[in-house]
Amino acid sequence: MSGSFKRLVEVGRVVLINRGIDSGKVATIVEIVDHRRAIIDGPTTDVKRQVIPFNNVVLTDIVVKGLPRGIGSKRLAVFLEKNQVVEAWQKSAWAQKLDARKRRSNMSDFDRFKLMRLKRQQRDIVDRQVAKLRKERA
Amino acid sequence: LHEYQVIGRRLPTENEPTPKLFRMRIFAPNEVVAKSRYWYFLSKLHKAKRASGEIVSVNEIFESKPLTVKNYGIWLRYDSRSGTHNMYKEYRETTRAAAVASCYQDMAARHRARFSSVQIIRVAEVKAADVRRPYIQQLIQPNLKFPLPHRNTRAAKRSDRSLIIAQRPSTFY
Repeated sequence: MSGSFKRLVEVGRVVLINRGIDSGKVATIVEIVDHRRAIIDGPTTDVKRQVIPFNNVVLTDIVVKGLPRGIGSKRLAVFLEKNQVVEAWQKSAWAQKLDARKRRSNMSDFDRFKLMRLKRQQRDIVDRQVAKLRKERA
Repeated sequence: LHEYQVIGRRLPTENEPTPKLFRMRIFAPNEVVAKSRYWYFLSKLHKAKRASGEIVSVNEIFESKPLTVKNYGIWLRYDSRSGTHNMYKEYRETTRAAAVASCYQDMAARHRARFSSVQIIRVAEVKAADVRRPYIQQLIQPNLKFPLPHRNTRAAKRSDRSLIIAQRPSTFY
């Protein structure tokens, strides 16, 4: 396959679901139906085994190597545990950015107040130091 | 489309107190259409019609393994504008009903054949070694992998769609 496409649809490819009930969750491609659909399963991330079109899904960089085609949910869970797949996803910058976005959108007014206070304290410390250094340089 | 098992018979008469039961597996959107198609086919095959017969039972047939992909071969007969032809087509689907639904859509697209002009003769699961069509063979090769060269980023919900966006979308995966 061509070298510029690094993310391939293959058995074992970890996938982020974009649309539908399970959006935001991560699952693994277990079998390919055709050029538009695959069977995905996420036993450890609460995703039921289902046929999903690729339009509703985003390929990630993570691949579970050595996964046999059409593997069952229980054995897939064992594979995922052994290879620490879900943990690898959660550590990735992409997942953390999604998480930060979600936390920011779920902030209450009190949370925003607390954030404002903390930012102000940080600004205070930094600006005092900057002012001091500027004075020393001048 | 659903698959139904329809069993019917001619009405019992003095000459024939226990008529033979005839069973058909019909693909239809609902039970009403299933019963209608049953009589359509049965009157072609036997001397039985709806007026002088009765449907004994209609049961939906559910797929026993709906989460495994299978290669289905479908033998069909359809009326084109200038004659009637037989065909054999293959589909890669998870259930028989999905394969037949796919077939009807395919026939409508490629041959402009409507539901009433298509008769499904036989639907059978085909083993990978017996697949005849190259467009299915390319999907059953071992260790299949392919990229998605053109990615459409669609909004997660209809309400998130936006007419104007800040950045030109990238179609590279």
